[in-house]
Amino acid sequence: MTVAATRRISVGGATRRGILCLYGLIASAPLILMLVNSARSSQDMFTDPLGLPTTIDVSNYRRAWADASFSSYFLNSVIITVTAVGLCTLFALLAAYPLGRWKFRGGPLVTTYFLAGLLLPSQLGIVPIFYMLQSVGLNDSRLGLSLVYAASGLPIAVFILTAFFRGLPNELDEAGRIDGAGEFRLFAKVMVPLVRPAVATVAVFQFAPVWNDFFMPLILLRTPSKFTLPVGLTNFFGEHQADWGPVFAGLVITALPLIVLFIFASKQIVAGLTAGITK
Amino acid sequence: MVQAVELTKQRTRPGSAAPARGPGPDRRKNLSAEVARRRRRWVLMFLAPAVLLYSILTIYPLVTGLSYSFFSWHGTARDAFVGLGNYQALFTTYPLNEQLPRALLNTCLYFIGAMLVQNTIGLLLAALLHHTRHGRQFFRTLYVMPYLISPIVVAYLWAMILSPSFGPLAAFLQWAHLDVLNHPWLGDTRTALPTLVLISAWQWVGFPMLLFGTAMAGIPEEYHEAAQIDGASKFVAFWHITRPLLIPVMGIVTVLTFIGNFGTGAFGLVFGLEGSNGGPAGSTDNLALVFYRTAFMGGGNGIGIASALSVLMFVLIVGVAMGINRWARAAQEKLS
Repeated sequence: MTVAATRRISVGGATRRGILCLYGLIASAPLILMLVNSARSSQDMFTDPLGLPTTIDVSNYRRAWADASFSSYFLNSVIITVTAVGLCTLFALLAAYPLGRWKFRGGPLVTTYFLAGLLLPSQLGIVPIFYMLQSVGLNDSRLGLSLVYAASGLPIAVFILTAFFRGLPNELDEAGRIDGAGEFRLFAKVMVPLVRPAVATVAVFQFAPVWNDFFMPLILLRTPSKFTLPVGLTNFFGEHQADWGPVFAGLVITALPLIVLFIFASKQIVAGLTAGITK
Repeated sequence: MVQAVELTKQRTRPGSAAPARGPGPDRRKNLSAEVARRRRRWVLMFLAPAVLLYSILTIYPLVTGLSYSFFSWHGTARDAFVGLGNYQALFTTYPLNEQLPRALLNTCLYFIGAMLVQNTIGLLLAALLHHTRHGRQFFRTLYVMPYLISPIVVAYLWAMILSPSFGPLAAFLQWAHLDVLNHPWLGDTRTALPTLVLISAWQWVGFPMLLFGTAMAGIPEEYHEAAQIDGASKFVAFWHITRPLLIPVMGIVTVLTFIGNFGTGAFGLVFGLEGSNGGPAGSTDNLALVFYRTAFMGGGNGIGIASALSVLMFVLIVGVAMGINRWARAAQEKLS
């Protein structure tokens, strides 16, 4: 390689790195600002908008957590998200097993039925959902909301898990059969442990859209004590718009669990996001 | 994901040892038939929970939404059958006849803006990262981070950043002697929608980046090596090798962007930044907000009219998504 060529490549590399860093700054600066300002008093922010915290001040968090009931919003978000993700993953796991491994009449049809859900804008069914939940007493209910989320997460969960079950070697069935294991035992003791990575992907990947959703709880929840973080945040912002300190703390409380989840499980989240094109 | 639907359809082959039909002379086949019989009972038990939940809370509401749209509603009580009356009301009654065309236009602009800004930057970042070895993981994590944050958090965060009097951006511009750029970006009818397009791009860019990146990683290295030997420049190589091979994923990204913008995907961000009316003066209003206001804030026959709107949105989304999918497949077939 000539000297000129080497230089051109390194200049190209530097430009590339420069753009990557610049965009890295654009992506992260607002988040860093959010974190920094959550530790500053509102007064401080108005006099010096770009300043750093002089001392680490947790009073914003205390006020948001206790006075503004973010503790209850947080708990509601945890309950609803865990219930929804748990039910969705369990049901999808059960359904994906026969769909991925057995040949039976109607199997392909059921698979297509679930896959159609990947395309359908299910939130547009919100009006009938609202009345249906009302008719069975599940309106303004955390369980009702969890069930709606679990249902809407099923298509992608069934899709990912079916593909995974399909990929397991055939010999497993034979071995299990020779051992005389019943169908359910074969499923629970042999198959489920083998698809554990896919279960992790499905569970982690479902977490974010449920935790972050604003549309469904805005419509389906009425009582403030049942609000999830996004709706509670709207409530709080409406009343304390000028009090930036606790608002920033509220933003961090809502966003942080997912950032932490992403840092620890980015592999699963990326796998879930790209599930549609990798197979 | 649309692609995925197609792929899986083709691959619905039996997963395991295919149970033989009917009893044969072979002992093994007898065993299989017995297993198949036993399994038939199990199939129902395995499938029932998921099929029931999905049918009741996803499919059934979409179907009943259609029937809702043919009735007039009095608050929450169903009144008379009105045929297509609600559909007509969408375009003839005030204020919908003014709001709906504007919301539709804005929704188109959000979609076009997302395609031009978010997906283009996503493609560019994916291409840059594809050629980067050191720190690829780090940058990827950084770029995807905003995607994982609730749109409502993103909305309030940017509302404060862009505050013309106290916001950090205003202070930064002043510090950099760029005061001319200080402007009520969210409060001016001419700049509000473009600003929302940019904020939305900031949040979502990681998703197209990941999809493009995954697709690029699947392109065999030899193609580029061959191009390099032929003396093709990087851009020429991208245009003639990478771009055609990315057409399926471009189709997927376009479909998902369309679903997001014409469905409820953009609801939280606009609601948080500009309120349920899509202010200022309706300049950021979109279809999802009109639907929400009609169904849950309007009273009167809101349910009937909103159901009609949801049916139209549904038809638009599914129709266009299928159209784009077909186009992407045709474009790919033409190339291969």
